Amino acid sequence: MIDIALVIAFTLVGLAVAFTLYRLLRGPSAPDRILALDTLYVNTIALLVLLGIHLGSNIYFEAALLIALMGFVGTVALCKFLLRGDIIE
Amino acid sequence: MLLLILTVFVGAPLAAWVARFGRIQSAWAAGLVTIVAVLQLITLMPAVFEGETLIHQWDWMPRAGLNLSFRLDGLGLLFALLILGIGLLVILYARYYLAARDCMGRFYAYLLLFMGAMLGIVLSENIIQLLVFWELTSLTSFLLISYWQERADARQGARMALAVTGAGGLAMLGGFVLLGHIVGSYELSVILQSGDVIRAHPLYLPTLVLILLGAFTKSAQFPFHFWLPNAMSAPTPVSAYLHSATMVKAGVFLLARLFPALSGTPEWSALVGGAGLATLLVGAVFALFKHDLKGLLAYSTISHLGLITLLFGIGTPLAAVAGVFHIINHAIFKASLFMAAGIIDHETGSRDMRRINGLWKYMPHTAMLAMVAAAAMAGVPLLNGFLSKEMFFAEAVSASTHLRLGWLLPATVTVAGVFAVAYSFRFIHDVFFNGEPVDLPKSPHEPPRWMKVPVEMLVALCLLVGILPALTVEPLLTLASSGMLNQPVPDFDLALWHGFNIALAMSVVALVGGGLLYVARQPLFELHDRFEHRLQAKPLFDRTIGGVLGAAGAITRALDTGSLQRLVALFVAFAAVLGISGFVASDSPLTGPRDLLPVDGISLLAAGGLAAAALATVIMHRQRLVSLILIGVVGLVVSLVFVKFSAPDLALTQLSVEVVTIVLLLLALYFLPRRQQPDSHPGHRARDVVLSVVAGGGVAALAWAVLTRPYDTIADFFLANSVPGGGGTNVVNVILVDFRGYDTLGEITVLALAALGIFAMLEGLHLKGPTRDDEGRPWSPDMHPPVMASLTRLLLPLALLVSAFIFLRGHNQPGGGFIAGLVTAVALIMQYLANGVAWTQSRLPANMHPVLAMGLLVATLTGLASWLFGHPFLTSTYTYLYWPLVGKFEVASAMVFDLGVYLVVVGATLLILIHLGLMHSASHQAPADTGDYR
Repeated sequence: MIDIALVIAFTLVGLAVAFTLYRLLRGPSAPDRILALDTLYVNTIALLVLLGIHLGSNIYFEAALLIALMGFVGTVALCKFLLRGDIIE
Repeated sequence: MLLLILTVFVGAPLAAWVARFGRIQSAWAAGLVTIVAVLQLITLMPAVFEGETLIHQWDWMPRAGLNLSFRLDGLGLLFALLILGIGLLVILYARYYLAARDCMGRFYAYLLLFMGAMLGIVLSENIIQLLVFWELTSLTSFLLISYWQERADARQGARMALAVTGAGGLAMLGGFVLLGHIVGSYELSVILQSGDVIRAHPLYLPTLVLILLGAFTKSAQFPFHFWLPNAMSAPTPVSAYLHSATMVKAGVFLLARLFPALSGTPEWSALVGGAGLATLLVGAVFALFKHDLKGLLAYSTISHLGLITLLFGIGTPLAAVAGVFHIINHAIFKASLFMAAGIIDHETGSRDMRRINGLWKYMPHTAMLAMVAAAAMAGVPLLNGFLSKEMFFAEAVSASTHLRLGWLLPATVTVAGVFAVAYSFRFIHDVFFNGEPVDLPKSPHEPPRWMKVPVEMLVALCLLVGILPALTVEPLLTLASSGMLNQPVPDFDLALWHGFNIALAMSVVALVGGGLLYVARQPLFELHDRFEHRLQAKPLFDRTIGGVLGAAGAITRALDTGSLQRLVALFVAFAAVLGISGFVASDSPLTGPRDLLPVDGISLLAAGGLAAAALATVIMHRQRLVSLILIGVVGLVVSLVFVKFSAPDLALTQLSVEVVTIVLLLLALYFLPRRQQPDSHPGHRARDVVLSVVAGGGVAALAWAVLTRPYDTIADFFLANSVPGGGGTNVVNVILVDFRGYDTLGEITVLALAALGIFAMLEGLHLKGPTRDDEGRPWSPDMHPPVMASLTRLLLPLALLVSAFIFLRGHNQPGGGFIAGLVTAVALIMQYLANGVAWTQSRLPANMHPVLAMGLLVATLTGLASWLFGHPFLTSTYTYLYWPLVGKFEVASAMVFDLGVYLVVVGATLLILIHLGLMHSASHQAPADTGDYR
């Protein structure tokens, strides 16, 4: 049962990653790309968790945790840059 | 002996320091240091006089044959006495010689350093150690010669001396290494016993030539003599010291030292004897024509060094004894002559013998001293120079009986003797008689009483040795000769009167001929003046040096045009050519025998995304912000690859570094134009495309070839030893903080230094930033949107908790100080981003230097702590504690070390990023802060 669910989940998340990549490459505006990068972070977290379930191991969960944290900071920094140019002021 | 040399070396900074309290005090300090050294030498003397060779040795790198070892035998003792004795007199003399504007402390510090280096040469047992001191004398003599730094001739003379003697030292290093290779040891005691082995070895000739190059350059032997006259721009005390007892005597000392090992072959006689004879003659002839008082003495020094070298070149033990004897005599009379010349220069303001005449009337006392010393130089009976010159003439005659055209040797030697007498006559007659002084800057008078004392003592020695040789110099000479020869000393007789023999006849010819030559000097002077410009070595030397510099500059400019693109293209092209040709030549298949892993959809997608993002980064690299976002994708996918291939530590590190990189580049992007115009030539772009495709394809092929082959790594060792050796199951972390802890310590030190370097460069730098974004819109007036500020404040404790979690589990599970440090730094940077510098710095100390220092201190102290328990540096230990609730808990000393790593990473990251950010805080003013969301 879980195997079928995993296959479906992997497929869907994979599709999401592909779409995000498209948006990221296509643009056209900078906010589009920043949002795409942020979404990619989220999708990656999903991928890592799925991988952990698939392999029955929790060793990948720290990586997911860190992506959640770091991805947020990266997005904040990029947005601040768009807004103000100077990110530490 | 180590103590003796250390005394002098420690004395140097002491003398410089004491100079703060007065000029005289510095001289006293230098003098006292030398006296202490002499006393130490005296305590060692009785043993040497009983025939012992004292050897003190400390192992340093015994397997490479490098030891700290000192040797005191007769020869070393003689030279040490000369160095210290004349050094003491020079110190006294310089006290009166140096003018009030000259820095005393610097002078005495250099002088003592030089003295220590000279002592090191003559007391070394290990020849590599000898070479180190040898080079030290080159360096310190450079400092001494260029003591009057403001004078161009002093600087040029010093540079020339350094270039010539330094080049000789390099050759000598080669010779010593060959010598060590032949003998199998660098210790003199072994080398001196192995003369037969050395002489029979096929490498004897190269060894000899290289060592002689070193000795000849130092001793100013023809054709390397030209640096010595140019070094006369040094203060006269320096000349008196360097060119009588020390610097130039180092070369002949080496000839004497290695005499048992290298001499006794036709090659030795030809090279050493030939150079000596040429130098003797050239020096004597040129000395006569110098109008400069010190120039005359300089060439006479060259000539006398040639005489000594010739004596060693003759190669008989008796000739070598005569050589040592002349070393002593020359040191004594030449030091006194230089000092006398210095007095004359000092009291008249000129050294030109065409102007200083008739000084007998003004300074009879000095004149008397100088005349006795000059007579000793000429070889007048009853003075010390006569005795060694007689021995020299006798040896030249007896050597000539073995040679074809043998009569040439005594004949040439006699001609040199004639010139020696003539220039000595000139020194006396031109300066002290010959009419009245011409247009002198100062009116001449006697110098201060104590300035003459060193000269008086030396002149007294000239007389004592000359009249009573058996009572004064003979024991020391016998001792030194036995130390040099390594065999019983041949009988020699230092009597004044040997009866009527050829040597006496030669002396008489030299004295009479010299007198006649001086009387008939005018036509010779005119001849010399006509050819003088062709005989100058300095322009030739300058041209050579200029040519070498020009060629080096041309090569550098040809390779490095200042274009980074060009250098990178060359580098990549060469790497590609070498790699491809290596692969083609090896004839091995591209794909190895390893089975390929199955491919799944997600991995394919990730690989495709990685390639697309990388490609897009290249294509859109002119839109800087877009390429930064794309690089973010590349980093993310790479960390996913690390996860996939079971390297969670690497994945965590990559993720943390990724976001720090984004922040860092954003800070830099602020100052750069958002879009960059293509500026490269189409031809260049075509070249770059070809190059990058070839190089990238090459690296891909290489990766493919490596990954498809099975190979053994050291990973198994670490996997097996991680828990028993380091007490942690996270092998990566155990390697970082335990197995390779020393590397990590070095790395965090470098990181801290880099951070401080960046801080220093950014300090006070304020750049102007753009006032509008790249689409021409003004910046948003809202500096710190409240939503973002509130959210990030909430996030701070959570992020710190994650950091602590990652730090604590690091030793056993993915994590560790480095990642935790980055997470903490990012969490704090986030506050700067969202809440601003003012808000954050009012809550968090902005100065990160103490954090860096703490980190390094903690890491180093952890390493040092293992010394307390008698273990090597950075030995780690671990134990298990039982805590309530938590249960079994491991504590490892490596975790404290990891804390040091953590602190350094936090400190360095914050220091760099925040100072980059502050660089443009002044560029666009913030709107008035309402502060209502605080």
